[in-house]
Amino acid sequence: MSEFYTSVDHFALVPALMLALFGCAVLLFDFFVFPAPRQRKWLILFLALGIGFAALGLVRQYMFLSSEGLAEFTAFRGALTIDGFAIFFNGIFLAASLIVALVSYRYLEIEGEHHGEYYGLILLANCGMYFLATGTDLVTLFVGLELMAVCFYIMVGFLRFDKRSNEAAIKYLLLGAFSSGFLAYGFSVMYGLAGSTRLGDITAALAARSAWDPLVFLALATTAVGLFFKVSVVPFHMWAPDAYEGAPTTVTAYLSVASKAASFAFLVRIFLGPLISAREVWQPLLAAVAVATLTVGNLAAVTQTNVKRLLAYSSISHAGYVLLGLVAGNPTGIKGIAVYLLVYTFMNLGAFLVLVALRRRDILGEELEDLSGLMHKSPVHAVLMLIFLLSLAGIPPTAGFIAKYYIFWALIQAREYVLAAIAAAYVAVAIYYYFRIVRSMFVSEAADREPLASSFGLRLALGVTGLLTVAIGVYPEPWLALAQNSVLLR
Amino acid sequence: MSEHLLSIVLFTPLAGMLILLLIPSGRTGLIRLWANIAGFAGFAVSLPLLWRFDKNASGFQLVERYEWIPSLGARYIVGIDGISLLLVMLTTLIGALAILSSWSAIQEKVKQYYAMFLLQQTGMLGVFLALDFFLFFVFWEVVLVPMYFIIGVWGGPRKLYAAIKFFLYTLAGSVLMLLGILTLYFQHFRQYGFYTFEIAELMKLDLPLGLQQWVFWAFFIGFAIKVPMFPFHTWLPDAHVEAPTAGSVILASILLKMGTYGFLRFSLPLLPKASIDPLIVKILVGLSLVAIIYGALVSLMQQDWKKLVAYSSVSHLGFCTLGIFALNPNGLAGSVIQQINHGISTGMLFLIVGIAYERRHTREIAEYGGLAHVMPKYATVFAIAMLSSAGLPLLNGFIGEFTILQGAFEANRVWAALAATGVILGAAYLLWLYQRTMLGQVTNPKNLHLPDLNLRELAVFLPLIAWALWIGVYPKPYFEVLEKPVTQIVERVRPDYFRKAPVPAAAPLEVLR
Repeated sequence: MSEFYTSVDHFALVPALMLALFGCAVLLFDFFVFPAPRQRKWLILFLALGIGFAALGLVRQYMFLSSEGLAEFTAFRGALTIDGFAIFFNGIFLAASLIVALVSYRYLEIEGEHHGEYYGLILLANCGMYFLATGTDLVTLFVGLELMAVCFYIMVGFLRFDKRSNEAAIKYLLLGAFSSGFLAYGFSVMYGLAGSTRLGDITAALAARSAWDPLVFLALATTAVGLFFKVSVVPFHMWAPDAYEGAPTTVTAYLSVASKAASFAFLVRIFLGPLISAREVWQPLLAAVAVATLTVGNLAAVTQTNVKRLLAYSSISHAGYVLLGLVAGNPTGIKGIAVYLLVYTFMNLGAFLVLVALRRRDILGEELEDLSGLMHKSPVHAVLMLIFLLSLAGIPPTAGFIAKYYIFWALIQAREYVLAAIAAAYVAVAIYYYFRIVRSMFVSEAADREPLASSFGLRLALGVTGLLTVAIGVYPEPWLALAQNSVLLR
Repeated sequence: MSEHLLSIVLFTPLAGMLILLLIPSGRTGLIRLWANIAGFAGFAVSLPLLWRFDKNASGFQLVERYEWIPSLGARYIVGIDGISLLLVMLTTLIGALAILSSWSAIQEKVKQYYAMFLLQQTGMLGVFLALDFFLFFVFWEVVLVPMYFIIGVWGGPRKLYAAIKFFLYTLAGSVLMLLGILTLYFQHFRQYGFYTFEIAELMKLDLPLGLQQWVFWAFFIGFAIKVPMFPFHTWLPDAHVEAPTAGSVILASILLKMGTYGFLRFSLPLLPKASIDPLIVKILVGLSLVAIIYGALVSLMQQDWKKLVAYSSVSHLGFCTLGIFALNPNGLAGSVIQQINHGISTGMLFLIVGIAYERRHTREIAEYGGLAHVMPKYATVFAIAMLSSAGLPLLNGFIGEFTILQGAFEANRVWAALAATGVILGAAYLLWLYQRTMLGQVTNPKNLHLPDLNLRELAVFLPLIAWALWIGVYPKPYFEVLEKPVTQIVERVRPDYFRKAPVPAAAPLEVLR
């Protein structure tokens, strides 16, 4: 290996390489090996193989770190940093990608849009996420972000003949590009201040200046706007409900968990990295944004009748809780962010998977009344949905409680009692709209007799997400130990 | 086996539920049978507690402790003292009887119903057994979901409104309580350097009064909504009226006690300075007195039989909280006994309403009258329940109310005087209710041929009547069981209480003992 590409570089890059290679290979295989539509589901095996290899790469990185007793190692002269944080988040992304791919073939068949590119896009988007979690260089991060975003623009508009899907894709593309512009502007200011694109150099350069320096503030403000768009917090959340509602449900599920987790990993890297010296400036700002996000997300969700839209607003409010972890800013809060996003991935995916199962030939299955009487029609789906919703609301003994618990704990530790009380009060609001869904499932009579869509992948994915949502709630210890390694603050 | 007695008591209903889920939904007969077996098994396994419990030992008994979530400092710790022993026995007995009483009342979705019931049983027992605040909170919240379904699925016409109101109220209270718990948890870390939720550890905390007051109010919101104390009671009439009979029984007899238990187990021992803070005591006693009198007055005006009983709960629970914040041994012991009494007598009253409702499908008091001629056994049972609730001597209600009034008198005579009016009003609305429904001629022809209690229904009432008589005639064992824990709480809150008054003004009660 040359100076340019050392074995350490390779070691750090393996998971991304695997994702990219298999992503491209899926596209080729789709064309040459499985041209018939009926064979396309075999591409999932291929995708699973790619994710498996990537996961193996992550495990080896983890073993390396723990056997050497290292907190992190860098590659490509500091452009990539492999640490507990990166490995933890990459694990979340891989799990989300696999689960989404598993449930997609039946759904896309019903939609009449089952194409092999879809699986390629999932892998490539995941590759982008890998760089968002591991990148410690502005250019790497930006390229990773765009790779992920471009894949999502295509996937959101995957239903080519569906007006809503097209509209959602255009909205998402325009606002996404707009926010990337802001981000690039912020990055350029940072580069101007530091003369380097490495986060470490920028951290040092910004720390040398006062927190209230106008240039630092300019960098902070523009970067924050770009990041807020990506994680869809108020006031930059407007694209989310439309994009979530219009996108194919499997893509909505993927978008709402993996893209959000990746964007948060990115956001945490920036705020606890280069912007850490301006903490006194961004802390009250983030607090205000978080409270506004909780307010808008929760209150808007109350009146929704479309479940996808309701879950979109609910996921906005979850972003508010995650931000509160950063506002608290202590190790508990950062660990809380990791735990929250892990738990959120499974419970939110699960809730969307039930909607995926409700999509049948002639039934969209995403209105509140489509869920009515689900308990009679399919008790298993109804009970699973109940578990996911209880978890989303944060009721013990589900995983969602552990997630919220960490956020509350971090806030109390930081003595942010008022924020903690506000965050707690919104749990009661949230239970109201989640239980509108529960009410129609358990109390109302069934609207149709059409059985739910079912496939091996869907059953497996629902089983796994349901099991994890309960298991993490009842016995969280091993998962908390994993998240412990992801605390970036030192 | 024997060292896991409490865990067995705790998880028997849950195990019963899991087996119940395996029975196909169509076999309703089998489901009913199994649910009753599980319910009574739950009671049977709790019986050994009676002789395993040592009333002379102080502190918690039969304690089991295991590591659960070391990262958080949460452990699985269960144990009982006299207070929790009584509440656990109440829960297992009432739970079994409530399941038995549902035999013919529930005809739809039978399997889900019993599953929810058994799940709830484990949740409530967990609340009374947990000695780790995290574990307690988990069980506290677990109870909400089955009760939401019991009201929301099998309830009356406005069931959805009542169910979500119940859920939102109690959830809002409990999340604020969680913040209080976290504050103690964090303070413990600051003082001792490690995180724990264990009650015994948290009791070692020395906190300034200001902080204690904040935490007290956080706990107060959670517990007061559950009790419910005066301004937070509005969910209760709705929930009671819409819930199916057995749901109302559980709600009144056990669920409400979670709030009073919370005050006894957590607020007082963990926040002793705040608990004797004059302002806080004044506010809590004031709210209790308002609840006693307001609940009774509102009961007097009710046209709906079940609503009347529901408001009478507000009044009776007012006595319980008054006893707690009298902060002396009589008040506390009386409060616990009154909690058991309320569980027995109000449980019976709800069952009685439910039987009338099952036969006539109305709860309008005006629809009834003269039932004593048609249903003599029923009228007798009702008479006993009514008199027990009204506090007639030789029945249980008297012992509780009397001891509480004695405690209140010791603390402040005005409180006792005001609370005593509640006793009088209580007798008034109950006797008037009895007169309107049972006595006189049968005015409504629809009531002429109502069947009297059958054997199953009688079997539901007999244990409760026997228990009411036992407490009424021979309350000594109850006072003995409660003596240690009550003394501990009083010593904790008012360290100089026993030094100043070696013989507390308990002379009249000595007769009963």
